[in-house]
Amino acid sequence: MNERPPSMLMTVLAIGVALLYIPMLVMIGYSFNASPLVGIWGGFSTHWYRELVHNDQLIGAAWLSLRIGFVAATAAMVLGTLAAIALVRFKKFRGRFALTAMVNAPLVMPEIITGITQLLLLISMLHLFGWPHRGFLTIVLAHVTFCTAYVTVTVQSRLASADRSLEEAAMDLGSGPVRAFIDTTLPIIAPALASGWLLSFTLSLDDLVISSFVSGPGASTLPMVIFSKVKLGVSPDINALATLIIATVGVGVLIAGVLMRRADQQRLRDLQLAAQ
Amino acid sequence: MSLQFLPKFNLSRHRRWLIIAPPLLFLLVFFLIPFGFALTISFAQTAIHVPPYTDVVSMDAQHRLHVSAHLDNYRYLLTDKVYALSYLYSLKTAFFSTLICLLIGYPMAYAISRTSRSAQSILLLVIILPFWTSFLLRVYALEGIIRENGLLNQALLWLGLIHQPLQLMHTTAAVYVGIIYSYLPFMVLPLFATLEKLDHTLLEASADLGSPPWRAFLDVTLPLSMPGVIAGSMLVFIPAIGEFVIPTLLGGADNLMIGRVLWDEFFGNRDWPVASAVAVVFLVFLVGPIAIYQHYQGKDLEAHA
Repeated sequence: MNERPPSMLMTVLAIGVALLYIPMLVMIGYSFNASPLVGIWGGFSTHWYRELVHNDQLIGAAWLSLRIGFVAATAAMVLGTLAAIALVRFKKFRGRFALTAMVNAPLVMPEIITGITQLLLLISMLHLFGWPHRGFLTIVLAHVTFCTAYVTVTVQSRLASADRSLEEAAMDLGSGPVRAFIDTTLPIIAPALASGWLLSFTLSLDDLVISSFVSGPGASTLPMVIFSKVKLGVSPDINALATLIIATVGVGVLIAGVLMRRADQQRLRDLQLAAQ
Repeated sequence: MSLQFLPKFNLSRHRRWLIIAPPLLFLLVFFLIPFGFALTISFAQTAIHVPPYTDVVSMDAQHRLHVSAHLDNYRYLLTDKVYALSYLYSLKTAFFSTLICLLIGYPMAYAISRTSRSAQSILLLVIILPFWTSFLLRVYALEGIIRENGLLNQALLWLGLIHQPLQLMHTTAAVYVGIIYSYLPFMVLPLFATLEKLDHTLLEASADLGSPPWRAFLDVTLPLSMPGVIAGSMLVFIPAIGEFVIPTLLGGADNLMIGRVLWDEFFGNRDWPVASAVAVVFLVFLVGPIAIYQHYQGKDLEAHA
Protein backbone atom coordinates (compact mmCIF):
# COMPACT_ATOMS: atom_id res chain seq x y z
CA MET A 1 0.00 0.00 0.00
CA ASN A 2 2.03 2.95 -1.19
CA GLU A 3 -0.55 5.56 -1.98
CA ARG A 4 -0.20 8.76 -0.01
CA PRO A 5 -1.98 8.50 3.31
CA PRO A 6 -4.54 11.23 4.06
CA SER A 7 -2.92 14.43 5.23
CA MET A 8 -4.91 14.43 8.47
CA LEU A 9 -3.31 11.13 9.47
CA MET A 10 0.13 12.44 8.63
CA THR A 11 -0.54 15.54 10.74
CA VAL A 12 -1.39 13.42 13.77
CA LEU A 13 1.75 11.36 13.16
CA ALA A 14 3.88 14.50 12.91
CA ILE A 15 2.39 15.96 16.09
CA GLY A 16 2.84 12.65 17.94
CA VAL A 17 6.48 12.38 16.91
CA ALA A 18 7.07 16.03 17.80
CA LEU A 19 5.59 15.47 21.27
CA LEU A 20 7.89 12.50 21.79
CA TYR A 21 10.99 14.49 20.91
CA ILE A 22 10.44 18.10 21.99
CA PRO A 23 11.04 17.53 25.74
CA MET A 24 14.31 15.74 25.07
CA LEU A 25 15.48 18.38 22.59
CA VAL A 26 14.66 21.15 25.06
CA MET A 27 16.59 19.34 27.78
CA ILE A 28 19.59 18.97 25.47
CA GLY A 29 19.35 22.70 24.72
CA TYR A 30 19.28 23.63 28.40
CA SER A 31 22.31 21.45 29.09
CA PHE A 32 24.37 24.08 27.23
CA ASN A 33 22.80 26.94 29.18
CA ALA A 34 25.35 29.06 31.06
CA SER A 35 22.69 30.16 33.54
CA PRO A 36 21.86 27.77 36.39
CA LEU A 37 18.26 29.05 36.25
CA VAL A 38 16.34 26.76 33.96
CA GLY A 39 13.87 29.26 32.54
CA ILE A 40 16.49 31.80 31.55
CA TRP A 41 18.96 31.49 28.70
CA GLY A 42 22.34 32.77 29.82
CA GLY A 43 24.34 31.99 26.71
CA PHE A 44 26.12 28.89 25.43
CA SER A 45 28.38 27.07 27.85
CA THR A 46 29.83 23.62 28.44
CA HIS A 47 30.17 24.43 32.13
CA TRP A 48 27.79 21.65 33.29
CA TYR A 49 29.67 19.03 31.33
CA ARG A 50 32.95 20.04 32.99
CA GLU A 51 31.14 19.90 36.32
CA LEU A 52 30.17 16.27 35.66
CA VAL A 53 33.79 15.15 35.33
CA HIS A 54 34.41 16.19 38.92
CA ASN A 55 31.28 14.59 40.36
CA ASP A 56 32.68 11.42 41.91
CA GLN A 57 29.29 10.25 43.15
CA LEU A 58 27.80 10.31 39.65
CA ILE A 59 30.87 8.70 38.05
CA GLY A 60 30.90 5.94 40.68
CA ALA A 61 27.20 5.27 40.17
CA ALA A 62 27.60 5.28 36.38
CA TRP A 63 30.45 2.76 36.59
CA LEU A 64 28.38 0.50 38.87
CA SER A 65 25.40 0.71 36.47
CA LEU A 66 27.58 -0.08 33.46
CA ARG A 67 29.04 -3.17 35.14
CA ILE A 68 25.59 -4.36 36.26
CA GLY A 69 24.19 -3.75 32.77
CA PHE A 70 27.00 -5.67 31.09
CA VAL A 71 26.72 -8.75 33.32
CA ALA A 72 22.89 -8.73 33.38
CA ALA A 73 22.57 -8.29 29.61
CA THR A 74 25.04 -11.08 28.90
CA ALA A 75 23.35 -13.52 31.28
CA ALA A 76 19.91 -12.53 29.98
CA MET A 77 21.03 -13.05 26.39
CA VAL A 78 22.03 -16.65 27.17
CA LEU A 79 18.94 -17.47 29.26
CA GLY A 80 16.55 -15.69 26.92
CA THR A 81 17.94 -17.43 23.83
CA LEU A 82 17.61 -20.82 25.53
CA ALA A 83 14.03 -19.97 26.50
CA ALA A 84 13.25 -18.88 22.94
CA ILE A 85 14.69 -22.11 21.52
CA ALA A 86 12.67 -24.14 24.01
CA LEU A 87 9.44 -22.30 23.20
CA VAL A 88 9.85 -22.30 19.42
CA ARG A 89 11.41 -25.71 18.86
CA PHE A 90 10.00 -27.97 21.57
CA LYS A 91 6.27 -28.10 21.10
CA LYS A 92 5.47 -30.08 24.21
CA PHE A 93 7.32 -30.21 27.49
CA ARG A 94 6.49 -30.02 31.14
CA GLY A 95 6.53 -26.43 32.27
CA ARG A 96 5.90 -24.98 28.81
CA PHE A 97 2.90 -23.05 30.09
CA ALA A 98 4.86 -21.80 33.10
CA LEU A 99 7.77 -20.71 30.91
CA THR A 100 5.47 -18.89 28.47
CA ALA A 101 3.78 -17.09 31.34
CA MET A 102 7.06 -16.24 33.04
CA VAL A 103 8.62 -14.70 29.93
CA ASN A 104 5.54 -12.62 29.11
CA ALA A 105 4.47 -11.46 32.56
CA PRO A 106 7.62 -9.42 33.36
CA LEU A 107 7.01 -7.34 30.21
CA VAL A 108 3.86 -5.85 31.70
CA MET A 109 4.24 -6.50 35.43
CA PRO A 110 4.46 -3.19 37.30
CA GLU A 111 8.06 -2.84 38.43
CA ILE A 112 7.06 -2.01 41.96
CA ILE A 113 5.47 -5.47 42.37
CA THR A 114 8.46 -7.28 40.90
CA GLY A 115 10.77 -5.20 43.08
CA ILE A 116 8.93 -5.90 46.34
CA THR A 117 8.53 -9.62 45.73
CA GLN A 118 12.17 -10.02 44.72
CA LEU A 119 13.32 -8.14 47.80
CA LEU A 120 11.21 -10.42 50.00
CA LEU A 121 12.80 -13.45 48.32
CA LEU A 122 16.31 -12.07 48.77
CA ILE A 123 15.67 -11.19 52.43
CA SER A 124 14.32 -14.66 53.10
CA MET A 125 17.29 -16.25 51.32
CA LEU A 126 19.68 -14.16 53.40
CA HIS A 127 17.77 -15.15 56.53
CA LEU A 128 17.90 -18.86 55.67
CA PHE A 129 21.28 -19.29 53.95
CA GLY A 130 23.19 -16.15 54.98
CA TRP A 131 23.53 -15.30 51.27
CA PRO A 132 23.31 -13.22 49.05
CA HIS A 133 24.01 -9.85 50.65
CA ARG A 134 22.22 -7.02 48.90
CA GLY A 135 24.35 -5.13 46.41
CA PHE A 136 25.87 -5.74 42.98
CA LEU A 137 24.87 -9.42 42.77
CA THR A 138 21.26 -8.99 43.86
CA ILE A 139 20.73 -6.11 41.41
CA VAL A 140 22.18 -8.25 38.62
CA LEU A 141 19.88 -11.18 39.50
CA ALA A 142 16.81 -8.92 39.51
CA HIS A 143 17.77 -7.32 36.20
CA VAL A 144 18.46 -10.67 34.53
CA THR A 145 14.85 -11.62 35.31
CA PHE A 146 13.14 -8.89 33.30
CA CYS A 147 15.91 -8.70 30.67
CA THR A 148 15.51 -12.44 29.97
CA ALA A 149 11.87 -11.78 29.15
CA TYR A 150 12.78 -9.09 26.60
CA VAL A 151 15.50 -11.24 25.00
CA THR A 152 13.15 -14.22 24.75
CA VAL A 153 10.45 -12.23 22.96
CA THR A 154 12.99 -10.65 20.61
CA VAL A 155 14.71 -13.93 19.71
CA GLN A 156 11.45 -15.90 19.63
CA SER A 157 9.94 -14.00 16.72
CA ARG A 158 13.19 -14.15 14.75
CA LEU A 159 13.64 -17.86 15.41
CA ALA A 160 10.05 -18.64 14.47
CA SER A 161 10.53 -17.02 11.07
CA ALA A 162 13.97 -18.56 10.45
CA ASP A 163 14.11 -21.07 7.60
CA ARG A 164 14.73 -24.58 8.93
CA SER A 165 15.82 -26.13 5.64
CA LEU A 166 19.50 -25.17 5.99
CA GLU A 167 19.63 -26.71 9.43
CA GLU A 168 17.97 -29.86 8.18
CA ALA A 169 20.40 -30.01 5.27
CA ALA A 170 23.30 -29.77 7.73
CA MET A 171 21.85 -32.64 9.72
CA ASP A 172 21.44 -34.68 6.53
CA LEU A 173 25.11 -34.09 5.92
CA GLY A 174 25.86 -35.66 9.28
CA SER A 175 25.99 -32.75 11.73
CA GLY A 176 24.49 -33.37 15.14
CA PRO A 177 21.45 -31.24 15.96
CA VAL A 178 23.40 -28.84 18.19
CA ARG A 179 26.18 -28.43 15.64
CA ALA A 180 23.69 -27.94 12.82
CA PHE A 181 21.89 -25.28 14.88
CA ILE A 182 25.11 -23.42 15.68
CA ASP A 183 26.33 -23.54 12.07
CA THR A 184 23.12 -22.53 10.32
CA THR A 185 20.39 -21.02 12.50
CA LEU A 186 22.52 -19.21 15.06
CA PRO A 187 23.98 -16.82 12.43
CA ILE A 188 20.43 -16.09 11.23
CA ILE A 189 19.16 -15.22 14.71
CA ALA A 190 22.39 -13.45 15.74
CA PRO A 191 20.97 -9.95 15.03
CA ALA A 192 18.08 -10.69 17.39
CA LEU A 193 20.56 -11.83 20.04
CA ALA A 194 22.50 -8.62 19.57
CA SER A 195 19.43 -6.41 19.77
CA GLY A 196 18.22 -8.40 22.78
CA TRP A 197 21.56 -7.77 24.48
CA LEU A 198 21.47 -4.06 23.66
CA LEU A 199 17.87 -3.72 24.83
CA SER A 200 18.72 -5.54 28.07
CA PHE A 201 21.77 -3.36 28.60
CA THR A 202 19.79 -0.13 28.18
CA LEU A 203 16.87 -1.39 30.31
CA SER A 204 19.27 -2.41 33.05
CA LEU A 205 21.05 0.97 32.90
CA ASP A 206 17.69 2.70 33.17
CA ASP A 207 16.04 0.69 35.91
CA LEU A 208 15.18 2.67 39.02
CA VAL A 209 12.32 0.97 40.87
CA ILE A 210 13.50 -2.65 41.00
CA SER A 211 17.09 -1.60 41.76
CA SER A 212 15.92 0.58 44.63
CA PHE A 213 14.29 -2.42 46.27
CA VAL A 214 17.00 -5.02 45.77
CA SER A 215 20.12 -2.91 46.25
CA GLY A 216 21.85 -2.61 49.56
CA PRO A 217 23.69 0.13 51.40
CA GLY A 218 26.46 1.63 49.32
CA ALA A 219 25.24 0.21 46.02
CA SER A 220 23.54 3.19 44.37
CA THR A 221 23.05 2.84 40.64
CA LEU A 222 23.01 5.82 38.29
CA PRO A 223 19.18 6.06 38.08
CA MET A 224 19.00 5.96 41.90
CA VAL A 225 21.40 8.90 42.17
CA ILE A 226 19.64 10.78 39.37
CA PHE A 227 16.23 10.18 40.95
CA SER A 228 17.31 11.49 44.34
CA LYS A 229 18.63 14.66 42.65
CA VAL A 230 15.67 15.11 40.31
CA LYS A 231 13.14 14.82 43.13
CA LEU A 232 14.47 18.15 44.35
CA GLY A 233 13.81 19.81 40.98
CA VAL A 234 15.49 20.48 37.65
CA SER A 235 19.25 20.70 37.87
CA PRO A 236 21.55 21.72 35.03
CA ASP A 237 24.21 19.05 35.58
CA ILE A 238 21.52 16.35 35.22
CA ASN A 239 20.59 17.98 31.89
CA ALA A 240 24.21 17.52 30.78
CA LEU A 241 24.33 13.94 32.02
CA ALA A 242 21.00 13.13 30.35
CA THR A 243 22.26 14.60 27.08
CA LEU A 244 25.35 12.39 27.22
CA ILE A 245 23.24 9.29 27.94
CA ILE A 246 20.69 10.07 25.20
CA ALA A 247 23.44 10.80 22.68
CA THR A 248 25.25 7.56 23.52
CA VAL A 249 22.09 5.47 23.33
CA GLY A 250 20.88 7.21 20.17
CA VAL A 251 24.16 6.75 18.33
CA GLY A 252 24.45 3.18 19.63
CA VAL A 253 20.97 2.23 18.45
CA LEU A 254 21.51 3.86 15.05
CA ILE A 255 24.84 2.07 14.51
CA ALA A 256 23.36 -1.23 15.68
CA GLY A 257 20.40 -0.74 13.34
CA VAL A 258 22.61 -0.04 10.35
CA LEU A 259 24.95 -2.95 11.15
CA MET A 260 22.06 -5.37 11.58
CA ARG A 261 20.44 -4.30 8.36
CA ARG A 262 23.75 -4.73 6.55
CA ALA A 263 24.27 -8.18 8.08
CA ASP A 264 20.77 -9.11 6.97
CA GLN A 265 21.35 -7.92 3.42
CA GLN A 266 24.67 -9.79 3.34
CA ARG A 267 22.92 -12.98 4.40
CA LEU A 268 20.26 -12.49 1.76
CA ARG A 269 22.93 -12.06 -0.92
CA ASP A 270 24.76 -15.16 0.36
CA LEU A 271 21.55 -17.15 0.24
CA GLN A 272 20.80 -15.95 -3.28
CA LEU A 273 24.34 -16.86 -4.37
CA ALA A 274 24.00 -20.26 -2.72
CA ALA A 275 20.71 -20.83 -4.48
CA GLN A 276 22.20 -20.20 -7.93
CA MET B 1 8.77 -30.48 -0.50
CA SER B 2 8.79 -33.17 2.08
CA LEU B 3 10.79 -31.23 4.63
CA GLN B 4 8.30 -31.84 7.37
CA PHE B 5 9.07 -35.54 7.23
CA LEU B 6 12.73 -34.95 7.96
CA PRO B 7 13.80 -35.42 11.57
CA LYS B 8 12.94 -32.39 13.66
CA PHE B 9 15.32 -30.86 16.18
CA ASN B 10 15.76 -34.36 17.53
CA LEU B 11 17.58 -33.96 20.78
CA SER B 12 16.89 -36.75 23.18
CA ARG B 13 14.32 -35.97 25.86
CA HIS B 14 17.00 -35.65 28.52
CA ARG B 15 19.30 -33.39 26.54
CA ARG B 16 16.38 -31.10 25.74
CA TRP B 17 16.29 -30.25 29.42
CA LEU B 18 19.78 -28.77 29.17
CA ILE B 19 18.11 -26.05 27.10
CA ILE B 20 14.80 -25.76 28.95
CA ALA B 21 16.02 -26.02 32.53
CA PRO B 22 18.28 -22.94 32.92
CA PRO B 23 15.71 -20.27 31.95
CA LEU B 24 12.84 -22.18 33.54
CA LEU B 25 14.61 -22.62 36.87
CA PHE B 26 15.98 -19.09 36.92
CA LEU B 27 12.57 -17.54 36.28
CA LEU B 28 10.92 -19.88 38.78
CA VAL B 29 13.33 -18.86 41.53
CA PHE B 30 13.55 -15.16 40.75
CA PHE B 31 10.13 -14.40 39.32
CA LEU B 32 7.48 -16.88 40.44
CA ILE B 33 8.65 -18.02 43.87
CA PRO B 34 9.04 -14.39 45.08
CA PHE B 35 5.26 -14.06 44.76
CA GLY B 36 4.97 -17.01 47.15
CA PHE B 37 7.14 -15.14 49.63
CA ALA B 38 5.01 -12.00 49.27
CA LEU B 39 1.89 -14.09 49.88
CA THR B 40 3.40 -15.72 52.96
CA ILE B 41 4.71 -12.49 54.46
CA SER B 42 1.34 -10.82 53.91
CA PHE B 43 0.07 -13.09 56.71
CA ALA B 44 2.89 -12.11 59.08
CA GLN B 45 3.02 -9.36 61.64
CA THR B 46 5.39 -6.45 61.83
CA ALA B 47 8.25 -7.02 64.21
CA ILE B 48 11.14 -4.91 65.35
CA HIS B 49 13.99 -7.06 64.14
CA VAL B 50 15.68 -8.00 60.89
CA PRO B 51 13.80 -8.89 58.72
CA PRO B 52 10.99 -6.69 60.11
CA TYR B 53 8.24 -9.30 60.30
CA THR B 54 7.36 -12.42 62.27
CA ASP B 55 7.82 -15.92 60.89
CA VAL B 56 4.63 -17.34 59.43
CA VAL B 57 6.00 -20.87 59.20
CA SER B 58 8.55 -21.92 61.78
CA MET B 59 9.98 -25.12 63.15
CA ASP B 60 10.67 -25.72 66.82
CA ALA B 61 13.41 -27.83 68.43
CA GLN B 62 11.28 -30.96 68.06
CA HIS B 63 10.98 -30.36 64.30
CA ARG B 64 7.32 -29.56 64.56
CA LEU B 65 5.97 -27.02 62.12
CA HIS B 66 4.21 -23.99 63.48
CA VAL B 67 2.02 -21.83 61.31
CA SER B 68 0.99 -18.46 62.67
CA ALA B 69 -0.94 -16.68 59.98
CA HIS B 70 -2.66 -13.40 60.63
CA LEU B 71 -5.31 -11.75 58.54
CA ASP B 72 -4.70 -8.39 60.26
CA ASN B 73 -2.96 -6.90 57.24
CA TYR B 74 -5.87 -7.62 54.93
CA ARG B 75 -8.32 -6.35 57.52
CA TYR B 76 -6.21 -3.21 57.75
CA LEU B 77 -6.45 -2.73 53.97
CA LEU B 78 -10.23 -2.77 54.28
CA THR B 79 -10.40 -0.38 57.22
CA ASP B 80 -7.91 2.24 56.03
CA LYS B 81 -9.57 3.99 53.12
CA VAL B 82 -6.24 5.12 51.63
CA TYR B 83 -5.72 1.74 49.99
CA ALA B 84 -9.12 1.38 48.33
CA LEU B 85 -8.99 4.99 47.17
CA SER B 86 -5.51 4.69 45.71
CA TYR B 87 -6.43 1.45 43.91
CA LEU B 88 -9.43 3.13 42.34
CA TYR B 89 -7.47 6.27 41.57
CA SER B 90 -4.72 4.21 39.87
CA LEU B 91 -7.29 2.26 37.84
CA LYS B 92 -8.98 5.46 36.74
CA THR B 93 -5.72 7.18 35.82
CA ALA B 94 -4.44 4.14 33.93
CA PHE B 95 -7.75 3.69 32.11
CA PHE B 96 -8.00 7.25 30.81
CA SER B 97 -4.29 7.41 29.95
CA THR B 98 -4.67 4.20 27.96
CA LEU B 99 -7.72 5.59 26.17
CA ILE B 100 -5.92 8.80 25.20
CA CYS B 101 -2.83 6.82 24.14
CA LEU B 102 -5.09 4.73 21.91
CA LEU B 103 -6.74 7.80 20.39
CA ILE B 104 -3.34 9.33 19.58
CA GLY B 105 -1.50 6.09 18.85
CA TYR B 106 -4.02 4.56 16.46
CA PRO B 107 -3.85 7.30 13.82
CA MET B 108 -0.06 7.35 14.22
CA ALA B 109 0.26 3.60 13.69
CA TYR B 110 -2.24 3.75 10.84
CA ALA B 111 -0.35 6.56 9.14
CA ILE B 112 2.94 4.64 9.43
CA SER B 113 1.35 1.49 8.01
CA ARG B 114 0.21 3.45 4.95
CA THR B 115 3.65 4.81 4.04
CA SER B 116 6.24 3.13 1.82
CA ARG B 117 8.46 0.34 3.16
CA SER B 118 11.53 2.53 3.51
CA ALA B 119 9.58 5.32 5.21
CA GLN B 120 8.08 2.71 7.54
CA SER B 121 11.44 1.52 8.80
CA ILE B 122 12.61 5.08 9.46
CA LEU B 123 9.36 6.06 11.21
CA LEU B 124 9.45 2.91 13.33
CA LEU B 125 12.99 3.75 14.40
CA VAL B 126 11.79 7.25 15.30
CA ILE B 127 9.03 5.73 17.48
CA ILE B 128 11.29 3.09 19.03
CA LEU B 129 14.21 5.40 19.82
CA PRO B 130 12.55 7.07 22.84
CA PHE B 131 11.78 3.57 24.13
CA TRP B 132 15.53 2.93 24.19
CA THR B 133 16.37 6.15 25.96
CA SER B 134 16.00 6.37 29.68
CA PHE B 135 12.45 6.36 30.99
CA LEU B 136 13.48 8.32 34.06
CA LEU B 137 15.24 10.95 31.99
CA ARG B 138 12.27 11.34 29.67
CA VAL B 139 9.96 12.00 32.62
CA TYR B 140 12.54 14.45 33.92
CA ALA B 141 12.75 16.12 30.49
CA LEU B 142 9.00 16.62 30.56
CA GLU B 143 9.39 18.58 33.77
CA GLY B 144 11.48 21.11 31.83
CA ILE B 145 8.50 21.71 29.54
CA ILE B 146 5.59 21.91 31.97
CA ARG B 147 7.16 23.57 35.01
CA GLU B 148 6.15 27.09 35.89
CA ASN B 149 8.98 28.75 33.96
CA GLY B 150 9.14 25.90 31.43
CA LEU B 151 8.92 26.12 27.67
CA LEU B 152 5.15 25.62 27.47
CA ASN B 153 4.33 28.49 29.80
CA GLN B 154 6.91 30.75 28.16
CA ALA B 155 5.45 29.99 24.73
CA LEU B 156 1.86 30.57 25.87
CA LEU B 157 2.81 33.82 27.62
CA TRP B 158 4.72 34.99 24.57
CA LEU B 159 1.75 34.24 22.35
CA GLY B 160 -0.43 36.20 24.73
CA LEU B 161 -2.77 33.25 25.26
CA ILE B 162 -2.30 33.41 29.02
CA HIS B 163 -1.22 36.18 31.33
CA GLN B 164 -0.26 34.09 34.33
CA PRO B 165 1.91 30.96 34.06
CA LEU B 166 -0.21 27.81 34.30
CA GLN B 167 0.39 25.63 37.32
CA LEU B 168 0.87 22.25 35.65
CA MET B 169 3.53 20.61 37.76
CA HIS B 170 2.23 18.59 40.69
CA THR B 171 -1.25 18.31 39.18
CA THR B 172 -3.36 15.45 37.87
CA ALA B 173 -2.92 16.81 34.34
CA ALA B 174 0.87 16.46 34.67
CA VAL B 175 0.48 12.80 35.66
CA TYR B 176 -1.68 12.14 32.59
CA VAL B 177 0.73 13.96 30.28
CA GLY B 178 3.62 12.01 31.82
CA ILE B 179 2.01 8.61 31.36
CA ILE B 180 0.83 9.32 27.81
CA TYR B 181 4.20 10.73 26.80
CA SER B 182 6.13 7.81 28.30
CA TYR B 183 3.91 4.96 27.16
CA LEU B 184 2.85 6.13 23.68
CA PRO B 185 5.50 4.02 21.86
CA PHE B 186 4.15 0.88 23.60
CA MET B 187 0.77 1.61 22.04
CA VAL B 188 2.01 2.46 18.55
CA LEU B 189 4.26 -0.57 18.01
CA PRO B 190 1.75 -3.43 18.47
CA LEU B 191 -0.90 -1.41 16.60
CA PHE B 192 1.48 -0.99 13.69
CA ALA B 193 2.32 -4.72 13.76
CA THR B 194 -1.33 -5.65 13.17
CA LEU B 195 -2.19 -2.78 10.81
CA GLU B 196 0.82 -3.58 8.64
CA LYS B 197 -0.47 -7.10 8.03
CA LEU B 198 -3.92 -5.86 7.06
CA ASP B 199 -5.09 -7.23 3.74
CA HIS B 200 -5.86 -4.10 1.72
CA THR B 201 -7.85 -5.97 -0.89
CA LEU B 202 -10.56 -6.23 1.79
CA LEU B 203 -10.72 -2.43 1.90
CA GLU B 204 -10.91 -2.28 -1.89
CA ALA B 205 -13.67 -4.89 -1.87
CA SER B 206 -15.52 -2.85 0.72
CA ALA B 207 -15.12 0.29 -1.42
CA ASP B 208 -16.27 -1.60 -4.53
CA LEU B 209 -19.40 -2.59 -2.66
CA GLY B 210 -20.11 1.07 -2.05
CA SER B 211 -18.88 1.58 1.52
CA PRO B 212 -17.63 5.06 2.30
CA PRO B 213 -14.09 5.05 3.80
CA TRP B 214 -15.27 5.60 7.38
CA ARG B 215 -17.64 2.64 7.02
CA ALA B 216 -14.85 0.46 5.62
CA PHE B 217 -12.70 1.50 8.56
CA LEU B 218 -15.37 0.50 11.10
CA ASP B 219 -16.27 -2.74 9.29
CA VAL B 220 -12.86 -3.97 8.20
CA THR B 221 -9.84 -2.16 9.62
CA LEU B 222 -10.92 -1.73 13.21
CA PRO B 223 -12.12 -5.33 13.84
CA LEU B 224 -9.02 -6.78 12.17
CA SER B 225 -6.72 -4.58 14.25
CA MET B 226 -8.33 -5.56 17.56
CA PRO B 227 -5.41 -7.83 18.60
CA GLY B 228 -3.10 -4.82 18.27
CA VAL B 229 -5.56 -2.58 20.10
CA ILE B 230 -5.76 -5.01 23.00
CA ALA B 231 -2.03 -5.79 23.16
CA GLY B 232 -1.14 -2.09 22.99
CA SER B 233 -3.77 -1.15 25.57
CA MET B 234 -2.54 -3.79 28.00
CA LEU B 235 1.10 -2.74 27.48
CA VAL B 236 0.07 0.75 28.57
CA PHE B 237 -2.68 -0.03 31.10
CA ILE B 238 -0.99 -2.64 33.30
CA PRO B 239 2.34 -0.87 33.96
CA ALA B 240 0.53 2.47 34.25
CA ILE B 241 -1.56 1.23 37.20
CA GLY B 242 1.60 0.53 39.16
CA GLU B 243 3.44 3.63 37.97
CA PHE B 244 5.67 5.14 40.63
CA VAL B 245 8.14 7.51 38.96
CA ILE B 246 5.59 9.65 37.11
CA PRO B 247 3.20 10.45 40.01
CA THR B 248 6.19 11.01 42.29
CA LEU B 249 8.06 13.42 40.02
CA LEU B 250 5.18 15.14 38.21
CA GLY B 251 2.18 14.62 40.48
CA GLY B 252 1.16 16.38 43.65
CA ALA B 253 0.44 15.09 47.13
CA ASP B 254 -3.12 14.15 46.17
CA ASN B 255 -2.04 12.00 43.18
CA LEU B 256 -1.86 8.95 45.39
CA MET B 257 -1.33 6.08 43.02
CA ILE B 258 -0.92 2.60 44.42
CA GLY B 259 2.75 2.46 43.38
CA ARG B 260 3.49 5.45 45.59
CA VAL B 261 1.52 4.01 48.51
CA LEU B 262 3.47 0.75 48.22
CA TRP B 263 6.79 2.58 48.07
CA ASP B 264 5.97 4.66 51.15
CA GLU B 265 4.69 1.63 53.07
CA PHE B 266 7.95 -0.11 52.33
CA PHE B 267 10.57 2.59 52.68
CA GLY B 268 8.72 5.11 54.84
CA ASN B 269 6.71 3.06 57.33
CA ARG B 270 8.85 -0.08 56.89
CA ASP B 271 5.66 -2.09 57.28
CA TRP B 272 6.57 -5.02 55.06
CA PRO B 273 3.64 -7.31 55.91
CA VAL B 274 1.11 -4.60 54.97
CA ALA B 275 3.12 -3.77 51.83
CA SER B 276 3.04 -7.49 50.93
CA ALA B 277 -0.71 -7.61 51.42
CA VAL B 278 -1.12 -4.53 49.20
CA ALA B 279 1.06 -6.19 46.56
CA VAL B 280 -0.91 -9.46 46.74
CA VAL B 281 -4.27 -7.72 46.34
CA PHE B 282 -2.84 -5.60 43.53
CA LEU B 283 -1.61 -8.74 41.78
CA VAL B 284 -5.02 -10.40 42.08
CA PHE B 285 -6.47 -7.41 40.21
CA LEU B 286 -3.77 -7.72 37.56
CA VAL B 287 -4.24 -11.42 36.80
CA GLY B 288 -7.17 -10.72 34.46
CA PRO B 289 -5.49 -8.02 32.34
CA ILE B 290 -2.22 -10.01 32.21
CA ALA B 291 -4.09 -13.13 31.03
CA ILE B 292 -5.72 -11.05 28.28
CA TYR B 293 -2.30 -9.71 27.31
CA GLN B 294 -0.82 -13.24 27.24
CA HIS B 295 -3.63 -14.36 25.01
CA TYR B 296 -3.01 -11.65 22.45
CA GLN B 297 0.77 -11.58 22.62
CA GLY B 298 2.54 -13.15 19.70
CA LYS B 299 0.47 -10.87 17.52
CA ASP B 300 2.44 -7.96 18.89
CA LEU B 301 6.00 -7.20 19.96
CA GLU B 302 7.34 -8.40 16.64
CA ALA B 303 7.93 -4.75 15.93
CA HIS B 304 10.26 -4.62 18.93
CA ALA B 305 12.57 -7.18 17.39
